[in-house]
Amino acid sequence: MTQPRSLEQPAALKIISALGLAAWVVIAAFPLFWMTAMSIKLPVDAFSSSPLRVIVGEATNRMSGGVSAIGLLVGVAAIILVYLGFRRLGAFLERRRLAGRGGGARFPMRMFCVIVGGALVVFVAPLLVRGLESFLATIPVLNLLAHPLIGYTSEHYRAVWIGHAFYRQFFNSMIVTAGVVTVSLTVGTLAGYGLARTKTNLAFWLLLIALTFRALPHSVLVAGYLPAFIGSRELLAPLWANAITGPVLRLFSDAAPTLYGQPWAVIAVLVAINQPFTIWMLRSFFANIPTELDEAARVDGCSHFEAFRRVIIPVMWPGVITTGLFSFLLAYNDYLVTGLLLDAQSLTMVPAISQFLNNDTSAADRLRAIAAAVSITAPLFVLVIVFQRHLVGGLTQGAVKG
Amino acid sequence: MKRKTFLAFVLPSLVMMIVFIAGPLLSVAWQSFHNTQRVYRQLTVESCSPGFSRQICKTEVRSEPVIDDQGKPVTRTSFVGWSSYWQLLEPDKVIAAVGDGWGGLSRVLELDFYKALRFTLTFTLLTLPFVVGLGLLIALMVDNVARSLRGPIIFISLLPYIITPVIGALSIRWLFIGDGILTAAISELAGYKISMFAQGWTIELLMLFYRVWHVAPFAFVIFYAGLQTVDRDTLESAVVDGASRYERLRYVVIPHLAPLIIFVSLIHLMDAYRVFEEVIGFSSQAHRISLQWLTFHLLSPDEAGNRAISRASASAMLTIVGVAFILTPLLMRTWRDHRRASAR
Repeated sequence: MTQPRSLEQPAALKIISALGLAAWVVIAAFPLFWMTAMSIKLPVDAFSSSPLRVIVGEATNRMSGGVSAIGLLVGVAAIILVYLGFRRLGAFLERRRLAGRGGGARFPMRMFCVIVGGALVVFVAPLLVRGLESFLATIPVLNLLAHPLIGYTSEHYRAVWIGHAFYRQFFNSMIVTAGVVTVSLTVGTLAGYGLARTKTNLAFWLLLIALTFRALPHSVLVAGYLPAFIGSRELLAPLWANAITGPVLRLFSDAAPTLYGQPWAVIAVLVAINQPFTIWMLRSFFANIPTELDEAARVDGCSHFEAFRRVIIPVMWPGVITTGLFSFLLAYNDYLVTGLLLDAQSLTMVPAISQFLNNDTSAADRLRAIAAAVSITAPLFVLVIVFQRHLVGGLTQGAVKG
Repeated sequence: MKRKTFLAFVLPSLVMMIVFIAGPLLSVAWQSFHNTQRVYRQLTVESCSPGFSRQICKTEVRSEPVIDDQGKPVTRTSFVGWSSYWQLLEPDKVIAAVGDGWGGLSRVLELDFYKALRFTLTFTLLTLPFVVGLGLLIALMVDNVARSLRGPIIFISLLPYIITPVIGALSIRWLFIGDGILTAAISELAGYKISMFAQGWTIELLMLFYRVWHVAPFAFVIFYAGLQTVDRDTLESAVVDGASRYERLRYVVIPHLAPLIIFVSLIHLMDAYRVFEEVIGFSSQAHRISLQWLTFHLLSPDEAGNRAISRASASAMLTIVGVAFILTPLLMRTWRDHRRASAR
């Protein structure tokens, strides 16, 4: 679309606007970029007051090696390749979203391909670099390319993932987030559909109460859970002793469980906390699906549930993916609920980072915390690459519909 | 849809919300008036140690927890009325301090609850104009830039919003803590040594900055979507009428965005009132605490392993009072929309 002449801006305004935008982009990315740069340097460089030293890391280069020009080149190419892979996955999803569909059966396949491809690139790249370096080192002038240039150490990552067994917390995080997303969407789609197809006052009051619940600080709810969770063995014991419920419940465990420290109990809590938001969002998605669609199915003799299963489920995926993203973020980013209700064994990644902060005494400890922080951020980064459009769509959805 | 089918669809969600949200709320209200303590009994113990010519004997009265036959300490829960609230609000100290005028006020603000209340309120209100302003500014600037650049810019802009709040706060803290790169740069410019984490107000400044950095992308995305729907004809006729660039922004664009600005403000007020992660990320508890952090802190086990459940519940109840104030306009708006929709 061409701009009419009258709306065109003077050059000065254009330049100021472009500069302002550049400043914002730097401010938005700088803390994350700096965190990553520090995490691959030895303390001497990482905490140096000269920015160039933090980026180049000469001491790191001297003491534990670095990346050569050719390595840098291959590394950047590998990153771009992985980025493009995820980007294409995102573009694929976006086409499906515009067509009113979800990923479909082909999506997991494609995702699997991209992840395996990405892993392959990450593993092959260092080998390729080593091969190229030893080859170039034999040629007189070109051997400069194989000379280590930028200091790099994976020491802190190894300390975090292997030394501190951070992979355990990673698995816990995966269990909790996967549980929250699945349960929250299953329960939420049903409720969202019901609410979108009902115009009664009852539905309205439910939504209003959900809105009130959304505003509650999570600590208020946790204050309610904590005593019950710690004492749940005594509190729930009557249910297990009961003649009717007892035999059924005893199939799952011999005695009433202590809910404190149980991942599935935390999943239930996070699903409930997330429920108000989920049903508001899904309701507005379902409201956009024409009523004629399920009414036609009803005329053909389907019950409401059948109409939902046969007609609505195939077209609801874009909304479900978007809502699922926000559920994922809530569960993955949570500190308060998981920090208070889980014990050391079942702790997730985000609250676990405080173990590195509490003994923030030595520089190496602080770098470990930084490496852990970067590790936690990486999956989110991939998430934005793949689902950028869904995220933007989801954010605006709520605002435009009110 | 019949009421019965509607209920069948909504039931699972409703049950979850009743069990895990409404239930805990009631139990918090109950807990705030009750206190559970271990039962102690007094024991008189005589201990003797060998001494010259005579033993040296001491009798002392010790209190020790009563243990039941399963080896667990016996606890007793008793009704304590408003005492947990009084322990938090400390009205006697407040009354004593208020008599002293301004100096007294600052003493009131040193009490935990008032400290948290003061910070939470100023934090919520101070960040609001910056979030809306910065969001609008970025939206206008992105709207100005070539279409092919918009995707990557939106991608980078989303990062501060999507990042784990604790980690985001940490990433900014690491730039400033000790000889952090930006502290070093500022010290260089100012010519004297600056420490960002030695006094409260600089930490507070960083916390405000973090929140604006974190939420501005959300405001930006929404305003940007709104800008795409501004009526071009209105803009052009404003030009014909001789409106300057600023006037067009003031009288055409901003009124068009007004509902979105209200939406962003309400969501932001709701979220900023729950400020918590900043306190953890910046480890500011010695200087600045928030209401939600206060509850969290009371719930966390202290050195002896005890959790102050009753006081935490009282603090949670007091926090809810503030939520009610923030929610009222939002609920009224939803109610109005509903009335309008059902009248149609």
